[in-house]
Amino acid sequence: MIKNNVVIAGVGESDIGKVPELSGLGLNAQAAKRAVEDAGLEMKDIDGLLTAYSMTEPYFMMGSVLAEYLGIKPTFCASLTVGGGTPGAALHHAAMAIASGQAKTVLITAGENRATGQSRDDAVKALTQVGHPYFENPYGPLIPSFYAMIANRYMHEYGTTREQMAAVAVRARDHAIRHPSSPQSKHLTIDDVLSSKPISTPLNILDCCLISDAAGALVVTSADRAKDLKGKPAYLHGIGESHTHEHMTMAPSLTEFGTEISGKAAYEMSGLSPSDIDFAELYDCFSIVPIIEAEELGLAKRGEGGALYASGETAIEGSIPINTHGGLLSYAQAGASGGMHGIVEAVRQLRGNEGARQVKKHDIALVHNEGGILSSHCTMILGQHPL
Amino acid sequence: MEHLLPSPDVGPDAGPYWDAAKENRFVIQQCTDCNSWRFFPSHLCPSCGSDKAEWKEPSGKGVIHSFTEVHRGPTPEFRAHTPYMIVLVDLDEGPRIMTNLIGNNLDQCQIGAPVEVCFENRQNDTKVPQFRLSKTEADT
Ligand SMILES: [Zn+2]
Repeated sequence: MIKNNVVIAGVGESDIGKVPELSGLGLNAQAAKRAVEDAGLEMKDIDGLLTAYSMTEPYFMMGSVLAEYLGIKPTFCASLTVGGGTPGAALHHAAMAIASGQAKTVLITAGENRATGQSRDDAVKALTQVGHPYFENPYGPLIPSFYAMIANRYMHEYGTTREQMAAVAVRARDHAIRHPSSPQSKHLTIDDVLSSKPISTPLNILDCCLISDAAGALVVTSADRAKDLKGKPAYLHGIGESHTHEHMTMAPSLTEFGTEISGKAAYEMSGLSPSDIDFAELYDCFSIVPIIEAEELGLAKRGEGGALYASGETAIEGSIPINTHGGLLSYAQAGASGGMHGIVEAVRQLRGNEGARQVKKHDIALVHNEGGILSSHCTMILGQHPL
Repeated sequence: MEHLLPSPDVGPDAGPYWDAAKENRFVIQQCTDCNSWRFFPSHLCPSCGSDKAEWKEPSGKGVIHSFTEVHRGPTPEFRAHTPYMIVLVDLDEGPRIMTNLIGNNLDQCQIGAPVEVCFENRQNDTKVPQFRLSKTEADT
């Protein structure tokens, strides 16, 4: 059983933004050290290690490479690759290992040096890696092009507007500015977003996520073991995944995704419903995405996610704060790190010490990670008390 | 004269697809057991699991499911062609396919618009299937 037995006992992040003095592995190690210290543990206490992948440092066996780099010899170790969904999926795997007694303390890290560690060739490769090599890439799509086609279809079916999408980016920036580790200082307006450089219609550059040097880390253990530890644990109330496709041509739908399926599984495990959620950290690689996710996860009715953002209710002071750290749009995005920052932020908000960006009601958090083209999903429900 | 875009990467699952394109023919797989058409090409039918399929010519007609106009290409070759249109087309036979929308009336690109297959020359004497807006009664 995961519920009431598995907790996140420590969280950490590397320095964020442009960090040229650290390699991708270095960023992961920095985040790992901070997470392990946050839990009140030492690196030698880690018996499980899960990590993601790296475009900038594409080692063959990333899990083993990171273990080697950290100087640990885990008995449970792997690297996972489900794009932006990887941190959530890794947490799911870690939780199963903890719940079944296969590991006692699992360290999860994700991130890389996307901002400063990429050659021009790597950058081009990164832009085409998600598309199908034979049947999509010959037509010149960027990753934003795929999401742009989802946005156009969504606008067509549900009347979601460009202004509502821009409101997502404006809100993310406002939250990021309140984060002491954030590289952001300049507020955005709807007009700033609408008049920014077009990338792939209807998405402009300010509808697209950052490219950062960043990594995040979690220490996952049992609720029993966490009782003796320093950090205030966050309970994993529920978690669920869904994997429906990878390439967008094969997506079952451009308006209904696995988000709803993974969300249902997480709600079911927790016994909670959308009305129990105090705040959410959604995956916002592009401004249309959290609008769709808010709807699929039941935080807004179908077709009303855009209006939810435009209403201001997703602000830290609103009725359902979303992306309290600024998300991928304004806080950080480095490979698989994007979703990890959402998990880290949820744990911090649950503890209740986040100053200018602390949400008022912080008992139950929902986090969603998504990878590919809304292809691979993981929904997590976390809380500050056992249920 | 316009520079040709790179030739497509060709995978072993789809030799007949690219061979046909060189002859201005559009072929996709149809399952011999359950008759469903499929795209991308694959060894097994995603509907019934059969490993028996034939390469056949569908009507070549479909409608635009969604589209985007690309303003920043992924490579120097594509960057030289911006802006260009990418569409997802729902073929009349069922499968969805991604191509560019080509032609001189791209301002009429919209969701639901009828389109038909055509072919574009690429480097090394290759061709790729593309789609263009179908001529309507009013055009003729
Ligand atoms: Zn079949």
